Amino acid sequence: MVSDGSKLGFYLLLAPILLWLAVLIILPHIGLFVVSISERVGPREYEYGIGNYVTFFEEPLYWRTFARTAIMSIAATALTLILGFPIAYYIAKLTRGRTKTTLFLMCMIPFWVSELVRTFGWMILLRETGVISNALQYLGLVDGPVEMLYNDAAIMVGLVYTSILFMVVPLVTTLDSLDDSLIEAGYDLGGTGAAILREIVIPHAMPGIVSGCIVVFMLSLGNYLTPILLGGKDSLWFTGMIYTQFITRFNWELGSALGFLLLLLSSAVVFLGLKLSRQSLAETMGRA
Amino acid sequence: MIPTVPQPAFAKWCYRAYVLVFFVYLALPLTVVCVFAFNDSVFPSLPWEGFTWAWFFGTEDPFVGVFHERAILRSIGTSAFIAAWVAGLAVFTGTCNAFLFVRHSFRGKALLYILMLLPLIIPGVILGISILVFSSSIANTLEDATGLWFDGLRPGLILVILGQYSFITTFATLVIAARLQKFDPSLEEAALNLGATRLGAVRQITLPFLMPAIVASAVVAVLMSFENFNTTLMLVGSDSPLTITMFDKLKQGSTPVLNAVSLLLIVASAVLGLLSLMFQKRKD
Repeated sequence: MVSDGSKLGFYLLLAPILLWLAVLIILPHIGLFVVSISERVGPREYEYGIGNYVTFFEEPLYWRTFARTAIMSIAATALTLILGFPIAYYIAKLTRGRTKTTLFLMCMIPFWVSELVRTFGWMILLRETGVISNALQYLGLVDGPVEMLYNDAAIMVGLVYTSILFMVVPLVTTLDSLDDSLIEAGYDLGGTGAAILREIVIPHAMPGIVSGCIVVFMLSLGNYLTPILLGGKDSLWFTGMIYTQFITRFNWELGSALGFLLLLLSSAVVFLGLKLSRQSLAETMGRA
Repeated sequence: MIPTVPQPAFAKWCYRAYVLVFFVYLALPLTVVCVFAFNDSVFPSLPWEGFTWAWFFGTEDPFVGVFHERAILRSIGTSAFIAAWVAGLAVFTGTCNAFLFVRHSFRGKALLYILMLLPLIIPGVILGISILVFSSSIANTLEDATGLWFDGLRPGLILVILGQYSFITTFATLVIAARLQKFDPSLEEAALNLGATRLGAVRQITLPFLMPAIVASAVVAVLMSFENFNTTLMLVGSDSPLTITMFDKLKQGSTPVLNAVSLLLIVASAVLGLLSLMFQKRKD
């Protein structure tokens, strides 16, 4: 499409992206890795070694929190998929025209609002003097105030709430492209609802399911606000530990190692998800 | 389950009830945040003490409203400053990237495209600490070598802008490239035939065509910048943007002034979001 005459134009277009990726993405991550394999041996003296990673595996607090964060993120992803799928299906298949646009927009509004505000809303709802506790007392279901904040269930509620949009949008997009006549054909051939869901709808929605799950998992894993504000004293989250190492303890070497491990975990999950569904990053994320 | 295939009425109603409950779940937290902005009590919780505007316009301690709370006003200014820079930089880079990926084929294009998408799958906290570590090591090296101070490379506004820019650019690129793909190159060729220079044709034909995507991505960039927390938290210096200020207040336990700020944020972002969507729809 382009002649040799615009070689200069090509390089001018290439410059910003190279600068952006090199200075803000690639070099910082190499730097992060280098710091993570540095050990402090004296004031302003460092040696290369894997000591920070050894610390991670030897200190149960670190790897338990890591595992806990991963498991809870997986649970949050599964829950988001289960809760979001019927909604996406409803929007994509059972509504038309205006209703569809309205419902779709209503799904997106919470996303436009800062995560801080959403979490704040859940704090008002769930706390001891909060709305739900008072409603339950008013209805006579409980005798005294109930504290629903500061536990893992509250974290779950917050995580699902924060990320459900990223599940619903890709699902609606893929389900929209499923031809109704395929479902009709399934019924004509005597399929039950469950069989059609398993044999036709879910296979068709697979790309949407995978990209939704990847994004939701990553968002949960990397979340900081929700676990800190909704979780209790013992509900540690791995991002919180990284923050502590960097800002409170000023142990950047260990913090970098922890950060790198989190990055490895999230990349591994993305890679696995793409491999399992035989998709490429470009087509999954490019749809965003 | 599709409209043309009959279903038992009970199943249909259950499904509808679930959808209703879901939307209540979506709306509930935002609603309570807004409602408690008008509660005449120093805590954002029940009991309801009556309606008041004090959390917006109040001047007397403890009823200091948003418009008189200096810390919040200053942080809104900081956020706006950051957002303007991020949006400008991200849209510029995004437009360049769109032209690069849609118009040119070159060796390593597929790899570069993957690299361009990477910021989407890097957790925000990690982006923040990697930029923090990198810029600090540059600052240390430079300071050791020259004996001068390089405050711009220490946590502060510049790093916050760079940190947000690093991932928002990917969104801008995707939005603008999607629009550029729909462009009919023969329009530009016609302009060239009519004697326009290549740059003139791009400026007068292609850029106006891209405008809806450019505006939409600028709006999205502003929204994302305003609400970003994770990356900003790691890079913030003494001037804290709105989300950080609100977080600090929230941790200390604040008056409903936070609800009032949140209400303003909700309204502003809903309006901006809808505007950008409508703008995109109308031009399509």
